[in-house]
Amino acid sequence: MSDHHDDEHAREHDLPLSGPALRAKALESLLVEKGLVDPKALDELIDTYETKVGPRNGARIVARAWVDPAYRKRLLENATAAIAEFGFIGRQGEDMVVLENTPKVRNVVVCTLCSCYPWPVLGLPPVWYKSAPYRARAVIDPRGVLKELGGEVPENVEVRVWDSTAELRYLVLPERPEGTEGWSEDELAEIVTRDAMIGVAQAKAPGQGKR
Amino acid sequence: MNGVHDMGGMHGMGPVEIEKSEPVFHSEWEARVHALNIACSFHRKWNIDMGRHSRERIPPAEYLAATYYEKWLRGLEMLLVENGLVTAKELQSGRPEFKASAVNVLRPSEVASYLRVRRLARLDDKVARKFKPGDSVLTHNDHPIGHTRLPRYARGKRGVIDRDHGVFIFPDTHAMTRDKKPQHCYSVRFAARELWGHRASARDSVYLDLWDDHLDPA
Repeated sequence: MSDHHDDEHAREHDLPLSGPALRAKALESLLVEKGLVDPKALDELIDTYETKVGPRNGARIVARAWVDPAYRKRLLENATAAIAEFGFIGRQGEDMVVLENTPKVRNVVVCTLCSCYPWPVLGLPPVWYKSAPYRARAVIDPRGVLKELGGEVPENVEVRVWDSTAELRYLVLPERPEGTEGWSEDELAEIVTRDAMIGVAQAKAPGQGKR
Repeated sequence: MNGVHDMGGMHGMGPVEIEKSEPVFHSEWEARVHALNIACSFHRKWNIDMGRHSRERIPPAEYLAATYYEKWLRGLEMLLVENGLVTAKELQSGRPEFKASAVNVLRPSEVASYLRVRRLARLDDKVARKFKPGDSVLTHNDHPIGHTRLPRYARGKRGVIDRDHGVFIFPDTHAMTRDKKPQHCYSVRFAARELWGHRASARDSVYLDLWDDHLDPA
């Protein structure tokens, strides 16, 4: 850890073989030489997380729940099984819980101790979710965080914060926006954002009511 | 452990900053570190709870200064040495002293199926539950030096069992001695004011997943 960067957000590229880049390369070389790691498997893993999993998966779950009351019921009763119907299973999504937002309740997900996040349905977490400010503040000042990230929550709406301290992984089922009556499941999936499924924003229809 | 990783409720961390572009990885080395962690977990020399505890043991000043994947790199180095896959000397020199003998290695063709393996923390053991939904509980006021999933902000606090998730591995022992100590895991609801006092909204609450060993009847 000899080379810390003040601003990881602005950083697009590391200098060639500086601090952690050098250490990572040295470690990979050692593990490959020792016969513990196949570098081609690393390529495959990276491709999976860059291109095959992401919040589009979760958006399909939410859109289905919005149009299909029976699916919604299954999803809220046994999220793991209902999500597996789409084939979204495995690492960091072994046991799923879906939290239903209503006009009176907003759910927000955090992991104060580390970075727990439902990979099969949302992909890898964004930097802010793993950052000290979010982990520190989401539990003590959820309304302040929501105001910064997704809009103020009215005083008469209850905020429930879910700190992922076990191997359960949480997905928020946002409210279906007004003005989306008659939309197809695919159209609905387009407006379900990652932040709405973490619970820091609401799903919104562009030009609500104009379609 | 009362480490700096246990961040819930800390002040002074600044605003939550959102990146504009949000790439999955910010540079090649981050991607390699992520993949190395998964490829090394294939050897099953440690469990997920030991993995978490490795990152918690990064010295506090380093932990706070490190980026996310720097922590994962540092944690992986610890796990490799502590569990005998790599020696400290090898890590320092970068040169292998011995080659691994006839081990199975994760191959590219196995990646997809490996990621779909459900590494269940949920167990089939028949263990009686100590609480049921609606029961009032008091969390332990305990400060173990080792791994725990009971954050500091929720110790010695009163809550209500919201739901019983069933029997799970108990990470507090699993991380330290590999003892699974099967027991029920619950979502426990705490009024925001019970945790944070009068500045919190009377309407709001925080839910934590806690185990029988964290709880007493209240």
